[in-house]
Amino acid sequence: MTALDLAKQLKAKFGDVLSEPAEFRGEITIQLADAERIAEVCEFAKKELGFVFLVDISSLDNYGEDPRWTVVYHLRRLADSCELRLKTGVSEEKSELPTIIGVWRTANWHEREIYDMMGIQFRGHPDLRRILMWEGYPYFPLRKDFPLAGKPTQVPEVAFTKTAPLEGGPFVTAPGGKDAIEREPRVRTPEE
Amino acid sequence: MNASRACGRQKNNFMATVQNTEIRDPAARASDAVEELRDMQGEKMVLNMGPSHPATHGVLRIVLELDGEIITKAVPDVGYLHRGDEKIAENMTYTQFIPYTDRLDYLAPLANNVAYALAVEKLLGIEKNLPPRCQYIRVICAELARISSHLLGVGCFGMDIGALTVFLLTFTEREKIYNLCESLTGARFTTNYTRIGGVSRDTPPGWCDAVRKFLNEVVVNIAEVETLLTRNRIWVDRTRDVGVISKADAIDYGLSGPNLRGSGVDYDLRKAQPYLCYPDLQFDVPLGSVGDCYDRYLVRMEEMRQSVRIIHQCLDKIPGGFENKSKEPVNVTDGKIVLPPKGKVLSSMEELIHQFMLVTEGVNVPPGEIYFGHENPKGELGFYIHSRGGGTPYRMKIRSPSFVNLSILSHLMPGHMMSDTTAILGSFDFVMGECDR
Repeated sequence: MTALDLAKQLKAKFGDVLSEPAEFRGEITIQLADAERIAEVCEFAKKELGFVFLVDISSLDNYGEDPRWTVVYHLRRLADSCELRLKTGVSEEKSELPTIIGVWRTANWHEREIYDMMGIQFRGHPDLRRILMWEGYPYFPLRKDFPLAGKPTQVPEVAFTKTAPLEGGPFVTAPGGKDAIEREPRVRTPEE
Repeated sequence: MNASRACGRQKNNFMATVQNTEIRDPAARASDAVEELRDMQGEKMVLNMGPSHPATHGVLRIVLELDGEIITKAVPDVGYLHRGDEKIAENMTYTQFIPYTDRLDYLAPLANNVAYALAVEKLLGIEKNLPPRCQYIRVICAELARISSHLLGVGCFGMDIGALTVFLLTFTEREKIYNLCESLTGARFTTNYTRIGGVSRDTPPGWCDAVRKFLNEVVVNIAEVETLLTRNRIWVDRTRDVGVISKADAIDYGLSGPNLRGSGVDYDLRKAQPYLCYPDLQFDVPLGSVGDCYDRYLVRMEEMRQSVRIIHQCLDKIPGGFENKSKEPVNVTDGKIVLPPKGKVLSSMEELIHQFMLVTEGVNVPPGEIYFGHENPKGELGFYIHSRGGGTPYRMKIRSPSFVNLSILSHLMPGHMMSDTTAILGSFDFVMGECDR
């Protein structure tokens, strides 16, 4: 059975909530219109269609479009390695969808990471804390309106409360600044 | 006069401390201690392991709640090495991101390079058109990285639970791999070897012979490690039936690589979704039966031997032979993907334009999205790339095996002894550079 057949079975079960399966580079993507039903769809895919392995959950910020967020689930069957990509849109006002920890426990950290990076809430998640950034950090760094240089924060006593010194690209120092000796006080001058 | 004033100040300070110190009689202190003991009894201790702890292999912090020596709760805390690689990727061309992949799993940079290049090539739709010599070189690189990573994994695992000799043996062999990396890529550690559509350079003269020589040496060394550990009473006692992960849990928590196969799940991306020239190669996928630390160790040992087997076959079959006498290409010929030869850039208009466009705007990738999972030494390293066309990805998600593997710790650790943490962490063989990205 191919991934396309399985996607069609999923579509047959849930009807118009799911889009027609689309194929690109041999991968099947199916769009779920109602994010509230994600846990239900995942449950069916796991129990009935044999997608026992959740590879990854990732998120997209479609900045300037509606819905702003897309949450992307990668499902896999281990027996024949069929894969299915499940996508669902979440509006910016809502920024919330149900958790799927009940289906796969590996979703725990993936959802925490999405919350940390994009600020999308997962309803029913038992431990929705930041995971890569520190507790109390006020921004969501993977959003498209978050600049690469970072934003200054008011959080005292933590690193990165100022923006990074970059120009054009990451880790490019501004031209015409101090020379190496002034910039780096540990450099010894030859007289010493 | 100055001296006497200084003395006076000191004296005053001294007096102040004496006045602030409260001296209580021994009876009162003893009764306080009894009170404290009463409070302590039945109370659990919270122990911070890490972020700088030799057994956490980097900057993993685990908050352990202990009842005596038994762990009752474990909360892993990651993110100390977060550098925002996914954000950085959105702001540069596909080729510019290759050096950043070196810094993911920094114990197997060559394998990361291969994984990333294959992901972008899948998006371009050219991963099946790679020249055969390039495919063989990439497989050799990925398998060398696997040997290197497993040597370190087993060595550190041994060191963490008291078998220091193993570490010395495996590091001797790793040094040889670094020498091979250096002659192939120019760098020992941050290799930056692959390119979109090929590799940065062909193998240097004598390199394949050196690899062959290394393979013959490393098997001796692996056998020696095996004699030191596999039937070692202390080793077996420390690892057998410790950190048992059932098949169902391993799948549910999304484990991958040797940690998944240690639990007996037969899933290897090289077999399940073959890429490069893996279909032409003979190798076995070792599986564990119990899913304990000992099984994960055994799986890694066998994987190293299988990698040796794979590289031997690659060297036998590599198109063009060791010195590439027949000038087999190592890059795809599409000038819109791979940089043209330097000589032509300076003499031919078309190549000059290609060079200029590739360097300034990057490879023009069609809109679309793909996920590519690569069997890295640590597990499945996946790249989900969402492109809206042009030279930079709109979003790149890195599915790092260490991150997913570590999420099982809070489920696995409770019930184990404190001293088992080092065995469990060692057997997981994670890298924080990749976990935190």
